[in-house]
Amino acid sequence: MRDGKELKPCLSGRGVTKVFGFGDAKTVAVDHVDFDFHEGEFVSIVGESGSGKTTLSKMLLGLISVTEGEIDFQGKPRDISNGKKKKEYWKGIQAIFQDPFASYNMFKRVDSVLLDCINMRGDKNLPKEEKERLMTEACSFVNLKYAELTNKYPFELSGGQMQRLMIARIFLLKPKILLADEPTSMIDACSRATILDMLLKLRDEINMTIIFITHDIGLAYYVSDNVYIMEHGKFVESGPAEEVILHPTAAYTKRLISDVPKIYEPWDLTTV
Amino acid sequence: MKNTIKQIFHSGKFVTGFVIFLAILLTIIIYPLVVAKDPLAMIGNGNFFKPGTYLSIQDTVNSGKTYKMNVDATASIVESKLTMDNRSMMAEWLEKYGGVDASEIDVTDAEGLIALWEEKYDPNAEQKGLIAAKKKKYQRLDNEIDGILEDVPTIIAEKNEETGELEEVQSIDSKQYINEKDVINRQNFVLGTDNFGRDVLTELISATGSSLKIGLVAGIIATVIGLFLGLLAGYLGGFVDNLILFFTNLFTVIPSFVLLILISYSVGESQRGIMMVALLIGITAWPWTTRSVRSQVISLRNRDHVNLSKLSGHSMLRIVLTDILPYVASYVVMAFILQISSGILAEAQLSMIGLGPATTKTATLGLMMQWATQYNAHLNGAWWAYFPVILVIALISFSLNLMNTGLDQVFNPQLRD
Repeated sequence: MRDGKELKPCLSGRGVTKVFGFGDAKTVAVDHVDFDFHEGEFVSIVGESGSGKTTLSKMLLGLISVTEGEIDFQGKPRDISNGKKKKEYWKGIQAIFQDPFASYNMFKRVDSVLLDCINMRGDKNLPKEEKERLMTEACSFVNLKYAELTNKYPFELSGGQMQRLMIARIFLLKPKILLADEPTSMIDACSRATILDMLLKLRDEINMTIIFITHDIGLAYYVSDNVYIMEHGKFVESGPAEEVILHPTAAYTKRLISDVPKIYEPWDLTTV
Repeated sequence: MKNTIKQIFHSGKFVTGFVIFLAILLTIIIYPLVVAKDPLAMIGNGNFFKPGTYLSIQDTVNSGKTYKMNVDATASIVESKLTMDNRSMMAEWLEKYGGVDASEIDVTDAEGLIALWEEKYDPNAEQKGLIAAKKKKYQRLDNEIDGILEDVPTIIAEKNEETGELEEVQSIDSKQYINEKDVINRQNFVLGTDNFGRDVLTELISATGSSLKIGLVAGIIATVIGLFLGLLAGYLGGFVDNLILFFTNLFTVIPSFVLLILISYSVGESQRGIMMVALLIGITAWPWTTRSVRSQVISLRNRDHVNLSKLSGHSMLRIVLTDILPYVASYVVMAFILQISSGILAEAQLSMIGLGPATTKTATLGLMMQWATQYNAHLNGAWWAYFPVILVIALISFSLNLMNTGLDQVFNPQLRD
């Protein structure tokens, strides 16, 4: 329940599993996880490196296949069996990746990313001025100037600018779900606050579900409604952020919390 | 893009290679425009004429204009005909069989030596312990220097058709000269002629053109096949990848040269034109390109920009063409350059063993090498028939490899000096 509104399930999974390799070389990256993400919810999936967060997010995005288990999208079983259905699915779910420098094709101008979004929305035949107006609007939402971006290549932008442009992309597409895979981990603290602020603003504006993947439990506490703690491909604890983080029950959660360095306090490194 | 090209042309290695290659290329293009000779015209009637200018004798005699000079031609002719070897041979004979005392013989005095020789030498004298070949050699030497010192004018005569008698037209003595420019008929062979009497320089330039054509076509075919299969295997993965990798490995473990020999042989001589050989080289040279493109694509296909492109609803073809191909393009260009170079070498190898283009209409570098070998150019001392060919092959390979190394250093900053 958020602000007293009825919560509709948006993306849910039962027994979702991903196994890489086979035989002796088998690695279970995600091990029978269940989850329910609701409309307009800000959910964080927290875990350390190698816990399977990114694999789970790629499965949710449909970029890699699911070994076992079911994923329901907006109450119906997800169907991404062919390219056309996948394209339709991606109108409803979008992502922001960890490394802004790797997210752009370095041979293309950055504004082509926004143009692709307008085409994907089905506005391919809009007049040029209208397209430019839409792109300008999206850029101003993330405090960028469209006029300054045209004819620029990715390496001419800063990491923060690139990641904000990614948010502008989401603003144009207005998907039901946004998967943000550590969008702030490559960015300095000041830009990080700006980006989180923008994500929250976007959530409020279009009632979008944000699945926020992070290793930083402190960050998760500040921004999320619900938190899932992931260890070795399994959810060890989940629930409202306040409950999970202020009163953790699982040992792993406690460890994650104690690993957050705090200013003015000596850092307890014994659990690391 | 502009920046990259600028960087490429700042690389010393690339520029050196590029200049050499461009020079070869320009020679191929410009030479035929200046010298309108059929490269395969058999001008010389005989094997391996040495480099130089050949003047028509009749023209020389009939040029009409002669110049008197105070330089006697006899002395220098004696000097050039009588080598030190010949002189010591003569001294040896005179001492052993002519009964001349060693102190009387002075090999440095050519005229004295010849005078002594003409006085004492007798081919029918008893020459004990001298084998027949040596005896013959002395006779030949004797013929050669016979009358070398006499300043008798050469008479040029015409046959009177009615009486059948010879009538003197001109008498030429040793102080008469003609100007080279007065001789109209002359043939200039900078690199001599080959076994068929063809001008080696003209033939070489045309052969370089055909060899580059073979290398280029073979390189394009190999790169296109390699790139296509590599992209397909790398991007699709799974069964397609396994299948393509199977065939790639098959072609890799069988030495491609053996394959090339077998295919060339089975194609048959009548079918083996220049383009056929290029095609054969191309279809046996692709595996390495495929393997490396495939492995690069595998590492690229899971990058975030490819994922983002997928999420933006782009089709597979568009992703491969715009998000993957540009990233492997620099590698493909380098592989292409190496393929050209190895294509030229493969043609030369094939032709050397007689499986190259079986054509009499064009020459290739390999064919020139084969002809030179078959007609024993090396035994005849005809270096001009094969050495320039080797040099051109080496220069082409060198320049292409240099360009490749230069590009490698630009695209792969770790390798920069």
